[in-house]
Amino acid sequence: MSASEAADAQVVAQDLVKRFGSFTAVDHVSFRIGRGEIMGFLGPNGAGKSTIIRILCGLLRPSAGRALVAGIDVAKDPERVREHIGYMSQKFSLYRDLTVEENLRFFGGIYRVPHRELAERMRFAIEMAGLGGREKALVSTLAGGWQQRLALGCAVLHRPPILFLDEPTSGVEPTSRRRFWDLIHTLAAEGVTVLVTTHYMDEAEYCHRAALTNQGRLIAIGSPDELKRTALGGELLLLECEAVGPTLAALQQAPGVIDASAFGSSLHVLVKDAARSIDELPAYLEARGLRPSRIERIDASLEDVFVELIAADMSRQGRAA
Amino acid sequence: MRIRRLKAIAVKEVLQIWRDPRSLMIALLLPFTQMFLFGYGVNLDLKHIPICTFDREGSQASQDLLKRFQASLYFAVAHNVKNYPELVAAIDRGDCRAGIVIPPDFSERLNDTGTTSVQAILDGTDDNTANIAWGYASAVVNSYSGDAQLSALDRQGRALQQVQPLAVQSRVWFNEDLVSRNFIIPGLIAVIMSLVGAQLTALTISREWERGTMELLVSTPVTSSEVMFGKLIPYLVLGWVDAALCLIIAVLWFEVPFRGTVFALFLTTTLFLAVILSIGYLISVLIRSQVGASQIALVATLLPAMLLSGYVFPIDQMPAFIQKLTYLMYARFYVTIIKAIFLKGIGIGELMTPILFLVVYALAVVALAARAFRKRLT
Repeated sequence: MSASEAADAQVVAQDLVKRFGSFTAVDHVSFRIGRGEIMGFLGPNGAGKSTIIRILCGLLRPSAGRALVAGIDVAKDPERVREHIGYMSQKFSLYRDLTVEENLRFFGGIYRVPHRELAERMRFAIEMAGLGGREKALVSTLAGGWQQRLALGCAVLHRPPILFLDEPTSGVEPTSRRRFWDLIHTLAAEGVTVLVTTHYMDEAEYCHRAALTNQGRLIAIGSPDELKRTALGGELLLLECEAVGPTLAALQQAPGVIDASAFGSSLHVLVKDAARSIDELPAYLEARGLRPSRIERIDASLEDVFVELIAADMSRQGRAA
Repeated sequence: MRIRRLKAIAVKEVLQIWRDPRSLMIALLLPFTQMFLFGYGVNLDLKHIPICTFDREGSQASQDLLKRFQASLYFAVAHNVKNYPELVAAIDRGDCRAGIVIPPDFSERLNDTGTTSVQAILDGTDDNTANIAWGYASAVVNSYSGDAQLSALDRQGRALQQVQPLAVQSRVWFNEDLVSRNFIIPGLIAVIMSLVGAQLTALTISREWERGTMELLVSTPVTSSEVMFGKLIPYLVLGWVDAALCLIIAVLWFEVPFRGTVFALFLTTTLFLAVILSIGYLISVLIRSQVGASQIALVATLLPAMLLSGYVFPIDQMPAFIQKLTYLMYARFYVTIIKAIFLKGIGIGELMTPILFLVVYALAVVALAARAFRKRLT
């Protein structure tokens, strides 16, 4: 990260720790998010994603470390931070017994959006959420995707420079999810800084940078491309064959192979050098009576990267314990 | 505190009350039903106490005496029994609360010795009624005995004007007809307001926790006092409506005299509402579930308001320790005030002491409630 990027960081976490009793939900996490950047937090349930967001929103006090949002220390002045942020919580938290319009008007009042701008902002939010014609509908009658988009509309109504979105697409059907990400990109293009969590691995592709968390620790952070290139510590081969089980066992022992795992009916093989392995592996396997039908280099998907990283992290922890 | 945010909270709360049939029922239906239920149900006037008579003599004199019991407004003769077992059975069944037994030598002894006796058997399971019945029965017998004395003297040719050396001429003030309803209903308004007020606000914060809307609300720049006052104001208005409803029922339906000023009632009711709404709010903040908050509010407000406010049970008859305890009971001051405004018609000036107590109470509870709800989670 360059010096100018660091200076422009809208969200800074320095060695954040959050303990609940003896349980450590966030374990020494540090990162920076620049203006207009979309940072995705991924990880299994209980990885500490929501806790990080809630600390940054000033809902939880960190046990140790420091969080700066818009340059303000969250623990010291949470109220001032709240003027600068929009928050969408994991659990839907608009008023279901109010209409679309009433919810927007409520948040307009809470954030003191100037009266002369409120109508226009509300129009924008309704249009963005695709809720035109439903202004008078009770929120409880809306489908999940619409509720989520309205929640985003309410979160951006006061034009916050920083948005925290906690699993905004959870429980939303794929087409709505796609649309939701388009909205996030539109906002980021206007300079809004976005921190978004998700447990859909494929959504990491939509982020400028993705951070992978496991058991409260940050185990990898980088752009999707960077992660795919470097995080695995090798290159990925796709190998198709008849006898999957024996082939897998043989590959584990093969020279130049870091790891191999079954991926559907084929195998994913992590190797130090793809070109060399493509040359050497067929002979190695044939010597053991196995016949691979196809072997080629593939780009690792983020899912491969995450599965690999989380497994590696787990085994490291297992050894440490 | 920002008016804009206060208003946003208040408007939202009004919309939610409007769309929640449960809130509206508590606010409007409950006072209505309670007024009628308690207005008719709680009646301390004893009239038409059912009695049995057992005339063992059957003479002119004994029938004269029993006719006086029949004529009395306080008694209703349920049965004329023929023997003791019947009388016992009637009392056991609860057909009558008392039995009047005239002995077989009633008139004989009256004529011979000039003095005789009548037996009253009382059902002591309800000692209050038994006491009162005994008092009324004595009065009936006394009046008969006075007349009997006069006629005896008359027969002896010693016609005399009955001279009573001393007589009390009593005059009751404030509730001239001693109708217990006039005394109960103003106090009842205090009880109903306690119940309804705390119930309404008991739901307001716990509802936000339960529905998950608190999470988002806390993340906004809204302050805790904006939340509190924004939420309390609509309920205060609702409380005024309830008080007006109770006042109208009391005066127009139950014909309780209202001698004070509406202004005095408005001012003191507002103070009382400030206390009771804040208590409900405080409970709502502390108990994060709606059902729990509602139940605690019920126990915390209704029971003390019923028992320790002096609404029915006079405070000066309580043991000294309990009497001291009633000073902690905000409803006690409002009961004193509201009874005085209704029946005595006195103004704010004379009520300064209970009003001051209410003011102190209101300030303390509002401050507590404001402190209890802080935005930061753990």
